[in-house]
Amino acid sequence: MDLVYNPWPWYVSGPLIAFIMIILILMGKRFGMSSNLRTLCTICGAGKQADFFKFDWKSQKWNLVVVLGTVIGGFIGANFLSPETAVAINPSTVSELHTLGFVSAGEAYLPTELFGVEVFSDIKTLALLIIGGILVGFGARYAGGCTSGHAISGLSNLQLPSLIAVIGFFIGGLFMVHVLFPLIF
Amino acid sequence: MRTLIHLLIGIFFGIILFKSEAASWFRIYEMFRFDAIHMYGIIGSALAIGIVSIKAIKRFHVKSFFGAQIVIEPKERGFKKYLLGGIFFGLGWALAGACPGPIFTLIGAGFLPILVVLVSAIVGTYLYGILRDKLPH
Repeated sequence: MDLVYNPWPWYVSGPLIAFIMIILILMGKRFGMSSNLRTLCTICGAGKQADFFKFDWKSQKWNLVVVLGTVIGGFIGANFLSPETAVAINPSTVSELHTLGFVSAGEAYLPTELFGVEVFSDIKTLALLIIGGILVGFGARYAGGCTSGHAISGLSNLQLPSLIAVIGFFIGGLFMVHVLFPLIF
Repeated sequence: MRTLIHLLIGIFFGIILFKSEAASWFRIYEMFRFDAIHMYGIIGSALAIGIVSIKAIKRFHVKSFFGAQIVIEPKERGFKKYLLGGIFFGLGWALAGACPGPIFTLIGAGFLPILVVLVSAIVGTYLYGILRDKLPH
């Protein structure tokens, strides 16, 4: 059982993610998480403001069910399958994070500096989460997909647009971590 | 029945994202610093199997579980929207430390502040829908 309770190594997790994609394809569907955000906009009535949201959201209900499962899976993973949730990142990454002020590095699943409940009363951290979220939603729809739709599904189908998108993901991510983080934190 | 299968697929996916630590902000940060193979190994091994499987599905005209033809539509051609959209996404991915799948996983795992990220991501999607005609594609 330790195999289940310990963090899953990449050579187990990666093939399992491929399995999820393949099983969805064999169900006649496709693997893509961010399109659910568009569906949620449509359900909230965004079709009145932009044609982009005018589509029959019921055709995407299956994907919302997958998302609901993903939430439940997170609950099960965190509460029943993980006696220890600290993420053992590289010690040099830990010390780099310590200099940035992330003292929870190496001792938690998420940095408490960003995801502890105290952030609800901390304007700066709250703003960072809001900006991060807006960028994720805006960018995913602009690029037509996120990690699951482009980096996994699109590249598996050898799609050049997905390669361009993934290169973009890395340009943005590297700029954020190496240039902006030292200014922000 | 199909709904139940979709739910089970989602549950398994959520467990994988949590247990693989792909939903951890720390792993994303570590990836962008090239400090570990972990995230590259996850994406790389998923791709290796994904590429072979999709080739096989196409080559052998594999039908879906329900007997239908499987059509994997190619992505629309384009450059600017993929690069620019990708850059915006990457900035957010590194800052929030979560892409859309893990956002949902982390809600289930009980991290309340991730709800702020989810609502903001929906707002970001909405902003794209509103600004779409003014953006280079």
